[in-house]
Amino acid sequence: MKPLLGLLAVVWIGGAFAQETKLQVPHTRFTLTNGLTVILHEDHSVPLVSVNTWYNVGSGREKPGRTGFAHLFEHLMFEGSGNVPEGKFDEWLEAAGGSNNGSTNPDRTNYWEDVPRNALELALFLESDRMGFLLDAMTPAKVDGQRDVVKNERRQSYENRPYGMASILLSANLYPPDHPYHWPTIGSMEDLSAASYEDVVDFFKRYYGPNNASLAIAGDIDIAKTKRLVEKWFSDIPSGPPVPPLAAPAAHLAEEKRLLLEDRVQLPRLYMAWLTPAAFAPGDAELDVVAGVLSSGKNSRLYKRLVYELQIAQDVDAFQSSSRLGSTFRIVATARTGHKLAELEAVIQEEIDRLKNEPPTLREVQRVVNQFETSFLSRMERIGGFGGKADQLNAYYLATGNPDYFNEDLSRYKALDPVDISNAAQTFLKDNARVILSVVPTGKEELAAMAGKERK
Amino acid sequence: MAIFVDRNTGPALRQPKRPQLRLRKIQAFLCLAAATVFAGDTLLAQQARVPDRSRLPQLEPPPALKLPPIQRLKLSNGLGIVLLEKHEVPVVAVSLLVKGGTALDPADRSGLANLTASLMTEGAGNRDALQLADEIDFLGAHISATAGYHAFSVNLYTPVSRLDQALPLLADVALRPTFPSEELERKRKQLLTRLLQARDEPSAIASVLFNRALYGSDHPYGVSPFLDEATIRAFTPEDARKFHASLFFPNNATLVVVGAVRAESLLPKLESSFGSWKPGQALSSTERTASQVRERAIYLVDKPGAPQSEIRVGQIGASRLVDDYFTLVTLNTILGGSFTSRLNSNLRENHGYTYGAGSSFGFRLWPGPFTIFTAVQTEVTDKALAEILKELEAIRQPIPAEELERGKNYVALRFPARFQSVRDIADQLEELIVYNLPDSYFNDYVRQILAVTPEAAQKAASRYLDPARVAIVVVGDRQRIEPALRALNIGPVKVLTVDEVMGRR
Repeated sequence: MKPLLGLLAVVWIGGAFAQETKLQVPHTRFTLTNGLTVILHEDHSVPLVSVNTWYNVGSGREKPGRTGFAHLFEHLMFEGSGNVPEGKFDEWLEAAGGSNNGSTNPDRTNYWEDVPRNALELALFLESDRMGFLLDAMTPAKVDGQRDVVKNERRQSYENRPYGMASILLSANLYPPDHPYHWPTIGSMEDLSAASYEDVVDFFKRYYGPNNASLAIAGDIDIAKTKRLVEKWFSDIPSGPPVPPLAAPAAHLAEEKRLLLEDRVQLPRLYMAWLTPAAFAPGDAELDVVAGVLSSGKNSRLYKRLVYELQIAQDVDAFQSSSRLGSTFRIVATARTGHKLAELEAVIQEEIDRLKNEPPTLREVQRVVNQFETSFLSRMERIGGFGGKADQLNAYYLATGNPDYFNEDLSRYKALDPVDISNAAQTFLKDNARVILSVVPTGKEELAAMAGKERK
Repeated sequence: MAIFVDRNTGPALRQPKRPQLRLRKIQAFLCLAAATVFAGDTLLAQQARVPDRSRLPQLEPPPALKLPPIQRLKLSNGLGIVLLEKHEVPVVAVSLLVKGGTALDPADRSGLANLTASLMTEGAGNRDALQLADEIDFLGAHISATAGYHAFSVNLYTPVSRLDQALPLLADVALRPTFPSEELERKRKQLLTRLLQARDEPSAIASVLFNRALYGSDHPYGVSPFLDEATIRAFTPEDARKFHASLFFPNNATLVVVGAVRAESLLPKLESSFGSWKPGQALSSTERTASQVRERAIYLVDKPGAPQSEIRVGQIGASRLVDDYFTLVTLNTILGGSFTSRLNSNLRENHGYTYGAGSSFGFRLWPGPFTIFTAVQTEVTDKALAEILKELEAIRQPIPAEELERGKNYVALRFPARFQSVRDIADQLEELIVYNLPDSYFNDYVRQILAVTPEAAQKAASRYLDPARVAIVVVGDRQRIEPALRALNIGPVKVLTVDEVMGRR
């Protein structure tokens, strides 16, 4: 069996690790005449194949009054197509030992089928049938059925979950109303109710052509044979209209906004959020490391102070949530009984200021980057599912034009110096351009970090 | 980070993440293809060839999983090593498995095994908690210790290039934890806070009450994983130290290693980290029995204003060691262990009551719980419950051949998916050890599943599933659901407060 990582050498420099890990995912890429991009990668470690399809459309493309539609549409993709009766998509896959799922975010929609290698052609048949012939089998009754399912998804994942509405409120306040990231992918109940059969027809014709998709197949495959099968099943699907890039209005915060949300929770939780550079833009990798220095591991600055030493917080997490049009950097911390969010905020502010004013130690940065490096290796271990190699090939392709961007991605982190980290904190984590949300137990407004401002 | 971890702003998924469920031959569904209809001349082909979509592609026979050999080795002190070499990615997983877990919690110290495990990474050898975490994080390694019902597992995951530095840290955590009292005080605060937070989570409340209804709070399987305030306040460092000392012996442990390592170079490293560990007499457990649910009853916990009702239905199921294990796995796949299972098809696809519904057998050394789980829109709580009971009744009837084949295929043919990452494989190997299964188990698995007959399935269903003796837990808006639940007339309705389930605040 060929090692997947071409080269691995460990070099010691001044007692710190400077490991040369070269990540490589060899692949073959070609485009069908209808515009479908195809990416093939061989990995024979287990007799499985993952068929992974990304459509370059997400909830960011939704029309006013139809929030949640891209995700509802994703559900409808499993309800049968021209040559696949309702229910058979799943039944046929399961009978062949396959599993599948899909997900939607503001930028894209992805679908995968993980199958034993002998069932590759079944997966291609099913995936191509819905890409070509979904509407032949679409009915208003199907739309109604999945509408109910998705509404229950909203109840389960947002409404009935502690702090579940916080992320929705944050996005609404970080982005202006006409920005694609303003509304949540799950959508509003009202808009879900309004979605119609006609909307499905329109959305499919507009966005689900092969020219707006990429197909990554990873696993126990033969490249030449797989290429023939892909051509067989996908070549006759007609192109859709060209999809122009999503035009988004500028998003910027000109002030600090403070928000309060009451929830049926025991403990208050503080959310701080900033608008930050898009995925892979300058600053993005730096902010991943900022997040790590602040909250990854017991020695991270915020964990150590809030949870370990002061013991006034139950948890704290900082992260750069990277997206195509722009990212957000967030800090989330839950106060323990008897502590107010203002106390937590004060400590967090101190630590942000300290990081802005003085670069972190080399060891802090390397600790974070070494952890990232392991996660890159870990992501090489599975071919399928969300975050498996097939999914990553598509993700990198869509983001950078290069499916095998693994090494470049990792190199972004390895190139960083401590001073880059404090510069990024200084540039992007501004005190006067952020949203601070306090979620407090109902009736306990005094626990909020408010400075007496607006209330939602 | 970056684009591969979706956090709070994460994507909406089509299906909830399900517990991994696994599962022939393809001929069965090929005959279904005849039923599909050719869509006709829907479009003009751009390419010369239009595939025949009127029939499903002919599939070759499914591949067999070829695992590298499982190597069994021993250190000088008798510590058994189970090694599986896997060289594709330069990482390695090492798990020290020690028999005994929460099943051995002393009667007045429920949760002690979990507490002990959680303290093991809070100071070990000559490093305190922060130093230890710094060393591990700097290596890019992960070390954790967990307690299951019947085994502890102390785990290392690391790039193979850092194995030499990481192994001594793993050995410190496993063999020389210091249980500092200030770390126990931190843990105590964390547990008390977690107990408070669990009150917010309908699924946590439902699970705690369901397990208690089945086993009682004296049985290890019935104890709330969140514990209660008095128990949390009573722990001493000495409790953890003694518990650890009573179980952590090489003759009560196995070291599982999976990854890009070779036996000949690995063994000396393991010998130097674990070879001087002294054998001893480990505490052992005797089976704690529990009697089956006596009568069907509904336990209703009020969560005013809840838009959904969290539902659990079930009874005491079966031990991992029963002869009909493979039959039960298949049966459960059909009832609630796959997307096309009866419960999910009924409650989600046909009725739209929920985002997902399923069932599971908690296979453990002793009979674990059989659980049906779902969360449904408040207005349809009674209807959903009626459908669940209908499915529980129906699964005891003969299963149509095509459905049984699909269930078996699903489990058997996706079996290789459990052997992708080194951690996945280590988990599988741990199962061999905890349940004393033969090394041939993995190679026999597919054959065993495919051998399940309709008669065996029916027999197992009537033996292990009895709709008349289930505990039903509903956590939801009492005012809106209680009258309809009573009107179902399926058993007494016992109303409980969150305080009664989770303890007073």
